[in-house]
Amino acid sequence: MVTMAPPLASPALTWDVDDGIATVVLDLKSQPVNVISRPVKDEFLACFAALRDDARVRAVAFFSGKADNFIAGADIEEFVKLGSAAEAERLAADGQEMLERIARFPKPIAVGIHGACLGGGFEFALACHYRVATDHPKTQIGLPEVQLGILPAAGGCQRLPRLVGARAALDMILAGKTERAAKAFRLGMVDELVPPAILAEITLAAARRMAGGWRPRRKRQGGFVGFLLDGNPLGRRLVFRMARKQVLERTGGHYPAPLAALEAVEYGLRHGMAEGLKREAQLFGQLAVTDVSRKLVQIFFATNQLKKDPGVANAPPPARVHRLGIIGSGFMGSGIAGTAVAQAEVDVRMKDADLARVAQGILAARAILDDRLKRRRITKYEYARLIALLSGSDAYAGFGRAELTIEAVFEDLAVKQQVLREVEQVLPHDGVFASNTSTIPITRIAEAAHDPERVIGMHFFSPVAKMPLLEVIPGARTSPQTISTAVAFGRRIGKTVIVVKDSPGFWVNRILAPYPNEVGHLLAEGASIEDIDSMAVRFGFPVGPVTLLDEVGLDVAVKVAGVMQESYGDHIIAAPGPGVAALVKAGRLGRKSGRGFYIYKGGKKRGVDESVYGLLGVHPNGGPRPAEILQRLVLGMVNEAARALGEGVARNPRDGDIGAIFGFGFPPFRGGPLRYADDLGAERVVSDLERLAERHGVRFTPCEVLQEHARQGTKFYS
Amino acid sequence: MPSLNGRRVAVVAGVRTPFAKAGTSLKDARAVDLGRYAARELLERTNLDGTEVDEVIFGQVVPSALVPNVGREVSLLPQLPKEIPAYSLNRACASANQAITAAQDQIVLGHSNVIIAGGAEALSDIPILASRRLADILVEASKAKSLGARIKTFAKIRPRDLVPVSPAIAEPSTGESMGQSAEKMAKENHISREAQDRWALRSHKLAVQGTADGRLTAEIVPWLPTRPGGEIVRQDNGIRTDTSLEQMAKLKPVFDRRYGSVTAANSSPLTDGASAVLLMSDEKARALGYEPLTYIRSYAVAAVDPGWQLLQAPIFAVPMALERAGIQWKDLGLIEIHEAFASQVLSNLQGFAAKGWEINEDIINVMGGSIAIGHPFGATGGRIVITLSNEMRRRDVQYGLISVCAQGGMGFAMVLERR
Repeated sequence: MVTMAPPLASPALTWDVDDGIATVVLDLKSQPVNVISRPVKDEFLACFAALRDDARVRAVAFFSGKADNFIAGADIEEFVKLGSAAEAERLAADGQEMLERIARFPKPIAVGIHGACLGGGFEFALACHYRVATDHPKTQIGLPEVQLGILPAAGGCQRLPRLVGARAALDMILAGKTERAAKAFRLGMVDELVPPAILAEITLAAARRMAGGWRPRRKRQGGFVGFLLDGNPLGRRLVFRMARKQVLERTGGHYPAPLAALEAVEYGLRHGMAEGLKREAQLFGQLAVTDVSRKLVQIFFATNQLKKDPGVANAPPPARVHRLGIIGSGFMGSGIAGTAVAQAEVDVRMKDADLARVAQGILAARAILDDRLKRRRITKYEYARLIALLSGSDAYAGFGRAELTIEAVFEDLAVKQQVLREVEQVLPHDGVFASNTSTIPITRIAEAAHDPERVIGMHFFSPVAKMPLLEVIPGARTSPQTISTAVAFGRRIGKTVIVVKDSPGFWVNRILAPYPNEVGHLLAEGASIEDIDSMAVRFGFPVGPVTLLDEVGLDVAVKVAGVMQESYGDHIIAAPGPGVAALVKAGRLGRKSGRGFYIYKGGKKRGVDESVYGLLGVHPNGGPRPAEILQRLVLGMVNEAARALGEGVARNPRDGDIGAIFGFGFPPFRGGPLRYADDLGAERVVSDLERLAERHGVRFTPCEVLQEHARQGTKFYS
Repeated sequence: MPSLNGRRVAVVAGVRTPFAKAGTSLKDARAVDLGRYAARELLERTNLDGTEVDEVIFGQVVPSALVPNVGREVSLLPQLPKEIPAYSLNRACASANQAITAAQDQIVLGHSNVIIAGGAEALSDIPILASRRLADILVEASKAKSLGARIKTFAKIRPRDLVPVSPAIAEPSTGESMGQSAEKMAKENHISREAQDRWALRSHKLAVQGTADGRLTAEIVPWLPTRPGGEIVRQDNGIRTDTSLEQMAKLKPVFDRRYGSVTAANSSPLTDGASAVLLMSDEKARALGYEPLTYIRSYAVAAVDPGWQLLQAPIFAVPMALERAGIQWKDLGLIEIHEAFASQVLSNLQGFAAKGWEINEDIINVMGGSIAIGHPFGATGGRIVITLSNEMRRRDVQYGLISVCAQGGMGFAMVLERR
């Protein structure tokens, strides 16, 4: 789904008739991709009415006029403007009615699909009578609606399960998945898979065959198991029960859309198509105006804007990175290397102090490709081509052509400066040097540079292949060209990029700091580890702060907290409590050492280690009320986010919230810490913080930015 | 000195993988993997943008049935443009030499400016063939129209048909194996067992020295493992630090157990490895800012009747190359002679001496030769060009000679010059 704005200047649908077959082409001239909006729908109705009345036409073949896009979905801008559930329901019903006309069209319709065929676009294809898709990687088919907190409401919840069975349909719809054409073909979502060169020919031939009375016979997918589960009501009940359970596990009950989609599918299968469509439209109406959907759409828009944001005003065009140098082939270095190869086919050269580490780093980077091969995202030929992009040695050979070099060596200023001095000797004159530091100021590192304009921070999150965020940190003397190159590269390897200020902890780690740091205080006051974590998870965080400490490593957490405290003092961020340092001393470093607050066996968390309380000298005795635990965890973070925003650490609330959501999983349905503060109202946040400050100290004193908003009655987002 | 034909061809740089005895450290690698590795690391070490390369030529003597054109697969490295042509060739043990001269020809003609030439061989991965009868039956079965017909065809298979056929290193024209030829040359040229063992020992000692002082390892790109727990191979693994004449004397001759003198110790081992050499026209090398190691001054190939002394053709090729270069034997400052067998090296030297040329062992194979370092057939020629070019630069020698004997009774010679 993609945004669109202006009304149609020229007709989007054109057709001509040859030998009884009408070839219809959709091409929204003013848009990069095809989307279905109200004016497009009107054109569809007019077009098909004309084709129905045209006696020459015996069948229809439908194509997109775009090079690599079929139909990207329904028009989101239209959806955002919806004021009420009733209005939304009407919109859905209109769409359903149009597709019902397509489905019942007296002349058969074949569609030739090449490029993205998503949401409403796929629902249209489902309503047609024969689907041919190209086997091209650009051909992606799916129903991603639930990712925006809504459901496929143009008959998608009805037609897909009838075509491929309830099990496969739920799998697609509930996760908002998009599949490659080959998989879509295997599942039965399309009838034929062909090379792009013969798409038109084969689609026309199908239309011609259907004009002659032929009808595709589709066999039930999934064989015997498919029959057991999908082919009878009893099996289906089991399928729905399992799907519901999975959804609840995955969403923690925070997201209503998958459950509503489940209901729409189930209702339709039980009560028939017509009733199903009605229910589908009703549920869409309800979802469209939920706060969750609004938040998800805001995030969608924010990430789309970020995709176009060069990260710096009047940005010079970025340098194209053909070759990436990686210094330090450890966990982060190899993660960046593997991601760059897998996502953007960049030629990567790695360097580390000795060959054994280089070899290990290359293998670790290759593991990202191994994984894609195993999941059949790439063929073995693509795999062979991609692994040839990974190489390395214990010298800087090959770095002379690296437009960008990222260091991920030991987190120590002197070491990083040394690496910078060394590699600067061989880098091309306009090569960019980026540091993947999480704590060291970029400006300090750049002091060692001959040319500090080409030095920048690129803070990736771990594991790099999975974490979607990248913080780009210009130092005091970094040039706009360098910023532009770093941002463009981050985006090219699939990251959402925010440009943040060069200050300790940058954005993400800084605003996250109060979250785990509150743990020591809460435990000292008698809270239990389980209570602290479960309150955070119930709020929507992916993991609670105690688990987070274990994941990050207690030693690392203590070190980071030290850096933060040194920079910001006690009144801003408290240390993680003396207790955590004691745990580190006792050799409990978290997951990596098998013991932290929890016990880990075989890579799995095995419950709280009760002996921790003894080591900390605390006794769980109920402690603060659950509501207060949550308030302290969340408002501490909100306060710090507001303060950092006031200092210009993030450029705007949008970047700040996206950073929190993609960086550490701030609950997306709450829109981010700043959006959350807006929803609560600054006045309430300030008064809650003041009350906490009174009881627990200066770390909760509301920051100036929040106080100002409270006084003025203003918001972060105006 | 200007080249005879106008354009001068520079040896800009060269690298090779470590050479490993077949079935050891590199046994999991295919020839194509080794060749691609060497070519890519050559680009890295020279910091050359792959788009500058005009062509890729690779030698391979025992090609894989699955990757018959190793040169093209090397040129399809993602670091090189897909639009440059490539081919593979076979001039037996002088294949990489031939690849280099073919590159030279193209550059002299003005067809190309930059060529990567080299060779690759994985003798751990030789094609094992089915017997001719089994092959015939399988082909027939694949054409069978029904299951019954297919089963009937398969029923013809006899146990002896299932014995696989591995290619022998024997002359198709005479049936004589390479080792038998070496044995024959030892007898006819009166090369003693002791002289052969001494030459082999010399090869190991000098190679040990070249490895220890880094001259030999300078041309090697360490091989990194392709699976967890794999071994990093940093140097050639056939070079022996612990061998002695006494130990060598204990070995039994392999090809003539009664009266023979050729043993495993005084022959080159079956080896895996690859080499890649970067060749450019002089103008191009200078335009790109390279300081060439050497220039190719001349080359020559000669052949003899394989039924005579199979590995003695270098004594005909070398004079031709010297004549084409317009220089004398005594002008040579360094000489690299390929060591298939010690008896062959000594026969070649005997042949040179017979021309009245003075043999100065101090300038011959100064870091050892194929007996110690190993001999991946298709790659050796690249190794020798690299070794000689590097050493000519180190010693600032003006003229260097390469002499390589090859299967089929062929001999290859090349003269390199420094300035």
